Amino acid sequence: MSGPAIAHVVLALVAAPLLLSVISRVKARVAGRRGPPLLQPYYDSARLLRKGAVYSTTSTWVFRASPVVGLSAVVAALLLVPFGGAQAILAFPGDLFLFASFLALARFVTILAALDTGSSFEGMGASREATFGALTEPALLLALVAFAHEAGAGSLSAFVQPVWSESATTGALGLGALGVVLLAENARIPVDDPATHLELTMVHEVMVLDHSGPDLALIHYASALKLWVFGALFVGVALPQPDGWGGFAVAAAGMAGVAVSVGLVESLIARLRMSAVPHFILGASALSLVALILGLR
Amino acid sequence: MNDVTGPIAEAAGALLVLTALAVLGTSRIRTAIALVALQGALLAVVILVEPGELASGRSLALAGGTLALKSVVFPRLLLRAQREARVQQELQPFVSYPFSITSGVLLLGVAVWLTDRMTVPPLAHSLDLSVGLFLIFAGLFVLVSRRIAVGQVLGYIMLENGIALFGLTVAGHEPVLIELGILLDVFVAVFVMGIAIVQINREFDHIEVDRLAALRD
Repeated sequence: MSGPAIAHVVLALVAAPLLLSVISRVKARVAGRRGPPLLQPYYDSARLLRKGAVYSTTSTWVFRASPVVGLSAVVAALLLVPFGGAQAILAFPGDLFLFASFLALARFVTILAALDTGSSFEGMGASREATFGALTEPALLLALVAFAHEAGAGSLSAFVQPVWSESATTGALGLGALGVVLLAENARIPVDDPATHLELTMVHEVMVLDHSGPDLALIHYASALKLWVFGALFVGVALPQPDGWGGFAVAAAGMAGVAVSVGLVESLIARLRMSAVPHFILGASALSLVALILGLR
Repeated sequence: MNDVTGPIAEAAGALLVLTALAVLGTSRIRTAIALVALQGALLAVVILVEPGELASGRSLALAGGTLALKSVVFPRLLLRAQREARVQQELQPFVSYPFSITSGVLLLGVAVWLTDRMTVPPLAHSLDLSVGLFLIFAGLFVLVSRRIAVGQVLGYIMLENGIALFGLTVAGHEPVLIELGILLDVFVAVFVMGIAIVQINREFDHIEVDRLAALRD
């Protein structure tokens, strides 16, 4: 365990909500508004944590356990992601599958909780989330496997950095796929609109309608952390990072870049029609598969 | 020089694969025409960086001819045919677009697998061989799966791009006359098909190939 690796986890746990506020700040600036203060997500969380939670009589322990399990799974995934050229705290051959499983687990408990409420809207959101998740997972895994094959190593920490020097083609194709996965998994435009509050069009937001108080704070925090996890993976592949604290600074700047780019994408691109979303994500899977096939050659 | 041309050829090869997949996945005729034009330009790049022929007179002539025909003349002909025929903006495939993309990726796998088993003269950039084979397959797929006649022409051009790339890698040094002759053939074919599309449309008020079989006088 190196200093930068521990510093990464601390930084992620503290600064993940900042990514969301940078995104909304960029969106506001592009639209000519001033935007909320950068600490707004923290204020929101503090307010929610002070409140009590309301539980519907139809819901069971599944509904109560979901926010905690979801956050734990995302934190566990965070421990596997390398940052700034340093090894992650947990790194072993094959950890890419564990990484994908933790993220799948987080999605699974969210879907279960949504179904547990018995609300038809939440069931609809759960169905969409499951559909999109089934499509993003192959894209993510195939891209990671293509990287692993190219670098000849089975651990996220070992193959994320050398991909570019091994094969720029695989790196670029996989990076494109990862970018789409980042947008889709974090419910950003063009897949989902985090700002919409019309039940018929929401995907991720509609699943957490019944959560309140501290539970909702945990869910918001977990989704910010999930964005950080994907951003760190993306930055790890995209930017060359020297060992030590220099790489840490590069990666931290990269994370800010990711947040600004997501904000720009959200400002400049319209959300896709619901039926066109699978088409879009399938394109990412095709990119990963092409990267893998060209790499296997 | 090889250390410069290698990555360029590889990037061009990967982009050729992506453009072919994008043609399989797009629904708009104009986008598909633009993508096939881009393919022509990429093919010209591959010809230019062909090992041992870097910027020789022969490769310059071939690349220039490819670029002029496939990236300028063909797209203009097709866009004009589409405008004259006033056809719909969509290619109307017989199969869904996701199915087309998935088949495309499978075809790429088949192409790579076949290339691995082929015994060919060990020329540089074996990627080009797989990509050439894949373009042939993808071109055939577009040829049989699109309802609007413009799709057939696009599939035919992709097929020819594949054959050109494949021939470039396997045969290496064909006489420039033969390659230019092939280009001329393709030009005439696309020219005739462009005119045919307009004429078919004038006769039958549509260019949907599945309805042509049912039309007799």
